[in-house]
Amino acid sequence: MYKILRKKIINESVEEMDILAPFVSEKCEPGQFIILRVDEKGERIPLTIADYDREEQSIKIVYQKVGHTTKLLGQKKAGEFIEDFAGPLGKEAPLNKAKRVIGVAGGVGAAPLYPQIKKLKAMGSQVDVIIGARNSEFIIFEEEFRKIADNLYFATDDGSKGKKGFVTDVLMELLEKGNEYDEAIAIGPVPMMRAVVGVTKKAEIATSVSLNPIMIDGTGMCGGCRVTIAGETKFACVDGPDFNGFDVDFEELINRQQHLKSEEKEIEEHHKCKIGLSGGYDD
Amino acid sequence: MINNSLEKVKMQEQDPQKRIKNFEEVSLGYTPEEAIEEARRCLQCKNRPCVSKCPVAVPIPEFIKEVVEGKFEEAYKIITTANNLPAVCGRVCPQESQCESKCVRGYKGEPVAIGRLERFVADYHMKNSKEEIKAVPTNGIKVAVVGGGPAGLTCAADLAKLGYEITLFEALHKPGGVLVYGIPEFRLPKKLVKDEIENIKKLGVKIEKNVIVGKSITVEELKTKKGFESVFIGSGAGLPRFMNIEGENLNGVYSSNEFLTRVNLMEAYDFPNTPTPVRLGKNVAVIGGGNVAMDSARTAKRLGAEHVYIVYRRSEDELPARTEEVHHAKEEGIEFKLLNNPTRILEKDFWVDKLECIRMELGEPDSSGRRRPVPLENSEFLLDVDTVIIAIGQRPNPLISHTTPEIKTESWGGIIADEVTAETSKENVYAGGDVVSGAATVILAMGAGKKAAKAIHEKLKNK
Repeated sequence: MYKILRKKIINESVEEMDILAPFVSEKCEPGQFIILRVDEKGERIPLTIADYDREEQSIKIVYQKVGHTTKLLGQKKAGEFIEDFAGPLGKEAPLNKAKRVIGVAGGVGAAPLYPQIKKLKAMGSQVDVIIGARNSEFIIFEEEFRKIADNLYFATDDGSKGKKGFVTDVLMELLEKGNEYDEAIAIGPVPMMRAVVGVTKKAEIATSVSLNPIMIDGTGMCGGCRVTIAGETKFACVDGPDFNGFDVDFEELINRQQHLKSEEKEIEEHHKCKIGLSGGYDD
Repeated sequence: MINNSLEKVKMQEQDPQKRIKNFEEVSLGYTPEEAIEEARRCLQCKNRPCVSKCPVAVPIPEFIKEVVEGKFEEAYKIITTANNLPAVCGRVCPQESQCESKCVRGYKGEPVAIGRLERFVADYHMKNSKEEIKAVPTNGIKVAVVGGGPAGLTCAADLAKLGYEITLFEALHKPGGVLVYGIPEFRLPKKLVKDEIENIKKLGVKIEKNVIVGKSITVEELKTKKGFESVFIGSGAGLPRFMNIEGENLNGVYSSNEFLTRVNLMEAYDFPNTPTPVRLGKNVAVIGGGNVAMDSARTAKRLGAEHVYIVYRRSEDELPARTEEVHHAKEEGIEFKLLNNPTRILEKDFWVDKLECIRMELGEPDSSGRRRPVPLENSEFLLDVDTVIIAIGQRPNPLISHTTPEIKTESWGGIIADEVTAETSKENVYAGGDVVSGAATVILAMGAGKKAAKAIHEKLKNK
């Protein structure tokens, strides 16, 4: 059992939690992820580590309440416990020192981007960050980035914060204005990462993307997270989750994400009536 | 009064037509009367050929003698001097190639049903015994066991019985390894595995779940930071092999590991009552001919697939699966496509649409001693399937060897361990089971765990 030390509601669908997890906090690095189960009957879901405190032995996770398990997690309060919390899993992000870096985040992708940018800053890099979301409500981690980013830009679908449009619009503008970057890191929905890579490839900026598809075990056991990287099959859980964006077969990745879509809907329907009323789905 | 019947006493089974609609156990076990009748077929050979073929050397004639006299609890005590998981072994051991293969009764007729008797005794004990297992007073020496499968559980139990302070680290949320994520409910009920593990906990073994040794902590840190004198690695062979053919990343292609883990460990067969789904089409091809392939095929059938094919490149004689599993699979309507090798998977909208295979014939024997399958030119054909499950074997997970390079490994990833002591190239670090041998059987892993426990004790007892 793992104690929820703190919980913060960021907006109507996004929340963050600090979880007491000594085995994870002792060794984790930016880019790595954990797998959790909310309760005894729960499914295993991966979440990328958003921050960590080795002294307090805690791990910060940020989740969007979109699926069955994240909604269930959202019902938990500070002081309560979750059943399982395993990690750190995956490789640490390959971060290079003292360069000018642009970080691009879409939606909750801002959370896993944060520790990478923080570490790069600590290494002496200059870091610019673009955060994109549906509207200003869904911009997360603004305060955190404000403290470390040299320049912080926003893009929203409705123009309620920053530029009206996509993160790639901001990125292209920056490049047109003559900004030069040695490296880019893009974390967010797959189509967004693909679009960013489309821009950075032309501009010849080496780009790392973070892939976080369906996983059961997170240790290479099932192979459910197979991705094609430079023509070779890799497992996102053990070979990643960060990969060179130029090498990723995005089309295959988008297709593979369709795999269990209808089942996700089915379980939503099945549990709809119970979630929120009973506080647990199995009673 | 020896029972001279040439055949084993039959064990009751669920009817095939009924059992393909449920996940309950196929074989129902002996009644006490049936067990006694079968036990009376044992000749009580003085030289005990059966024992010589048992990887953990269960005193077989001795326990059977107690069964003859109806002293089932006595029989249980005898078995558990050598075997910590009798209810498991009685069900999943390949007795036909081990103990029963040397049974004198087998020269003319069927051998004594040693496996069924072991299973009966273990089940009888679980049902009837009120005896509480007590932990041995601890000697204060800490030993870490990595991996909660058959090798790790055995090593942990044996050392706990000798008084060592054991912590077993399990990467998943539940210990049991292949017994919980791999072998299906209908062959090995999970309740039973849970009970066996509870018994091991009662011996004083502490189980720390969700710790991925190699990631959460390294082998070296277990020794230097956490004070473990010895470490046993029984992390198994959990990495799936793929075929590297076209179309393998399509939706509808599973590794047997993913498929079985979803169904067994995550109980996807009860979806949406359980939250983990498994998506299965109408026509399923399982590639491979081992026990894992049979488990996958029979599971797919139970999940409602209309046609389930076993696609295997050699012939029936070379099928690595246990005869009993092949027999059960056939009874359940699994269709065997033998001497067929998959060449590519065809798609429709990024989903599996067809499996292309080529016919094979057997040529000269290869390095494994089996006749090498050779493709017949231009014999490709299409199999109409929408799901493909790849069950062609597993490799050891490299997480530990990558973070502890002092532990020498084979080119295919297996940890190199001494044949007698199970010690690796790193002092006081031992390894056994599938991580050393490559994917093998439950009982061989248990034998390796036992061997390591003995060697660890030999080394630490004078400390």
